Amino acid sequence: MTATRLPQKLSRARRVQNNAAVGLVVLGTVIVLLPLVLISGYLLLQGVSSLNLNFFIQTPKPIGESGGGMGQAIVGSLIMIGLALVIGSLVGIASGIFLSEYSTHWLTRPIRLLSDVLTGVPAIVVGLVIYALLVRPLHSYSGLAGGVALGLIMIPIVVRSSEEVLKLVPTNLREAGLALGLPRWKVITAIVLPAARGGIVTGVMLAVARVSGEAAPLLFTALGTSFWNVNLLKPMAALPLQIYQYAIQPYEDSNRQAWAGSLVLVALILLASIVARLVTRQPRS
Amino acid sequence: MPERMHVTDLSVFYGAKDAVKKVTLGFPSNTVNALIGPSGCGKTTFLRALNRMHELTPNTRVTGQVVLDELDIYSADVDPVDIRRRIGMVFQKPNPFPTMSIFDNVVAGLKLAGVRDRSLLETVVERSLRQAALWDEVSDRLRAPGSSLSGGQQQRLCIARALAVEPEVLLMDEPTSALDPASTARIEDLMESLKEQVTIIIVTHNMQQAGRVSDSTAFFLNGELVENGPTDTVFTTPRDKRTEDYITGRFG
Repeated sequence: MTATRLPQKLSRARRVQNNAAVGLVVLGTVIVLLPLVLISGYLLLQGVSSLNLNFFIQTPKPIGESGGGMGQAIVGSLIMIGLALVIGSLVGIASGIFLSEYSTHWLTRPIRLLSDVLTGVPAIVVGLVIYALLVRPLHSYSGLAGGVALGLIMIPIVVRSSEEVLKLVPTNLREAGLALGLPRWKVITAIVLPAARGGIVTGVMLAVARVSGEAAPLLFTALGTSFWNVNLLKPMAALPLQIYQYAIQPYEDSNRQAWAGSLVLVALILLASIVARLVTRQPRS
Repeated sequence: MPERMHVTDLSVFYGAKDAVKKVTLGFPSNTVNALIGPSGCGKTTFLRALNRMHELTPNTRVTGQVVLDELDIYSADVDPVDIRRRIGMVFQKPNPFPTMSIFDNVVAGLKLAGVRDRSLLETVVERSLRQAALWDEVSDRLRAPGSSLSGGQQQRLCIARALAVEPEVLLMDEPTSALDPASTARIEDLMESLKEQVTIIIVTHNMQQAGRVSDSTAFFLNGELVENGPTDTVFTTPRDKRTEDYITGRFG
């Protein structure tokens, strides 16, 4: 092997270059991870101390009074995110399937364009649209309107991610299914979708995480409330709204609760992601 | 010998380009028919036109006639789904369904078409895997994922999957090109026994393979059928100079 060994000098230069490159990559990774660590660390630090049972099972006390909790906001958020999840994933995955599996159809171009435009629409504008479409006709702010607004924001994210993931499923799997004399819809639902399941779920969860923290689209739709409410047709509280309200109060106890709310919000999203991963994990031996 | 399939004046176009030009060819029942020729000669395109698989490729068009047991598979009232059920296909690369077990892979064609009868499915799995000479290797782990098998086993799994729906014709598109010699030999042996149940049409780049397994051979060049006849004749006394040149390895 001596014959192929590099001259000492060149070899050292390469080693230095290599180490420098590795160092840069590591540095970049650290820079990316730093905000994440800082945010979650600070959140834990500030939030944990304010968490107690009452936070989960009580509604807010009148402004300025200590105690109380955000129970109604947690429930409201869960309901509206659930509604958004249903709307966003149904419409989003269906459109993703259409764009990926029927890519020669003339409608794919306009749909893709519309979906991209929708991605760029500010969340608050979506809220206004739903205000006009749902809140005014129904003469009331409502959890329904909030959930629909969040679902609308989810749609383009889910469309794009599921389209990309479905395109990664090898064509030869589709051909294998069709060659067995299976109709196309069966091939898509029983062969292509299961093969892309993991990626689709990841995309949906990213979209859920994105809308879970939205306050703007809920301002004119769900409005928020300090009382327990599970009626979809009445104003409903949400964690981001409650956090905003409490964070701008001059009272220390309110601010602490805002931190606690933020922590719960992040924890809920994390929990949902983990559960989604576990439930949809590929059965591998 | 009665013909299982007959192709008359079949042309296949990609846009304006004709990849297959006015090919007329018959496939007798219970035979192995090899399609040979250099890359890009249109033999795979021809094969895919036999079960309307080419329709998945945008901008393709077909003229001419393909008749399966007196049924013109291109007539307006024929559903390609029914055609593909009767004319199965095995692909170049093994492609078991990744989310399914060995068992489910074999009966995918039946199960997804709505067959629920457990004992029937079990019977079909054993029969198909035996036909594909895979039963002895996997009978104790039918619940394992299909993708856990070796490449050669996966390809035999795909053959079993195609056989499970009991097709009349089996199209094979270079089925051994991704496999090692031992797996190739097994699949070649398999074809000999399979032709008792199905008519096999196989595209191959491997001259020796065509010589070993096929009863008749068709030589394609630039989309045209140059020569066609019993394999022995085509290989020993080809009529056309181009066939001779190809077979003796002067080009391709």
